[in-house]
Amino acid sequence: MAVPIILDFTLQQGDFTLQLQERIEAQVVVLFGPSGAGKTSVLEAVAGLRKPQCGVIKIGDTTLFDSNREVDLQSSGRHVGYVPQDLVLFPHLNVKGNILYGVGSGSGQEIDQVVGLLELGDVLDRDIEGLSGGERQRVALARALMVSPAVLLLDEPLTALDADLRSRILPYLERIRDELATPMVYVSHDPSEIRALADAVIVLAAGRAVRSGPDLDLITPA
Amino acid sequence: MNDIAQVAFFTVGMATLATLVVLPLGVALAWVLARKQFPGRAVLETLISLPLVLPPVATGLLLIAILGRRGPLGWFLAQMGVEVMFTWLAVVVAMSVMALPLLVRSARSGFEQVDRRYEQIAATLGAGPVRVFLTISLPLARRGLLAGALLGFSRALGEFGATIMVAGSLPSTRTIAVAIYTYTETGQQAAAGLLLVVSATIAFGALMLSNRLAAT
Repeated sequence: MAVPIILDFTLQQGDFTLQLQERIEAQVVVLFGPSGAGKTSVLEAVAGLRKPQCGVIKIGDTTLFDSNREVDLQSSGRHVGYVPQDLVLFPHLNVKGNILYGVGSGSGQEIDQVVGLLELGDVLDRDIEGLSGGERQRVALARALMVSPAVLLLDEPLTALDADLRSRILPYLERIRDELATPMVYVSHDPSEIRALADAVIVLAAGRAVRSGPDLDLITPA
Repeated sequence: MNDIAQVAFFTVGMATLATLVVLPLGVALAWVLARKQFPGRAVLETLISLPLVLPPVATGLLLIAILGRRGPLGWFLAQMGVEVMFTWLAVVVAMSVMALPLLVRSARSGFEQVDRRYEQIAATLGAGPVRVFLTISLPLARRGLLAGALLGFSRALGEFGATIMVAGSLPSTRTIAVAIYTYTETGQQAAAGLLLVVSATIAFGALMLSNRLAAT
């Protein structure tokens, strides 16, 4: 289900300025562009981990940041599910502990649904250390999904995986999109991932959006 | 031998109590210094470290000024019927003050080694600052905190200057360090030597464990 997404802000970090003026309606919007373009910074600004100097960030009906109205929700109040590129699984908690971190005990039905969706039933009692790359990726996704986020923020979730693993994880992301209907802001370099998942794209370069819209061919340079 | 055992047990007990008393404050200060920028931060850091560089007897003098009958805290406590000076309470206070700087240093290092990303991700999952501290920062920093507690305990165990100023060398307040001094002054070298061995053994064990925890 498409939702309105407003990314209209300026974020200054040292010598780098990220400046977006995007108002887009989509369920899955992909941020595409070279390294250093500002894609991760966009996700972190939406998650409340970086504070823009000015502007508006709005997902659906919820304003996460609005400098004119002095709205700046704390990360803990933004209801986002953020999966960073390095996953950042909590090393002192096992798989179940990681998945349930955002919800405490969680209802049995909710955890069953997420665990079933991502096929993590066999590894719930395992320590994080012994997990494979694909398992770690799915645990990070499950942890983000368990908080019933208003938006999923995924930072190159498949980049660190080999082709075989990528092809096995991608269907999970498609299921999340289709079965849970959770909006996503998704960072990717991979055209095949983008075509499989996205319904809108923002192409970033040097902190600016150079092209954006529902046409996925926008990822191809003009 | 009974006197030596009594002094040893008393000292270990008081050092343990002092470490436990100062632990919450020490952990809180360590976290603040590891994570927060604020005006006066350098002053706070310096104040915490002061007992490390002041002569311990000078620290004892400061404690007398505060806890003595004419001191602000001493007067208040005396009104409530609580005597601190020359009691086991004074021993605990002196040991706590001397243990705090080392505890804070090690605990601060422990917190600084916790990747902030864990805390940030925990916040995105809905955890407020207190929950992040209790469920992420504290568990991940536990080795540094434990190392700091053991360092603080070791320091408290060997504390002399401030202790003798506020607690004297009474049978009810005599610590290992004070007893070694007293026995040496009175020519009881064997007793002093035995207490030295006891003190060194306990401190050695605590320091070894502290160093191991800090290294991992």
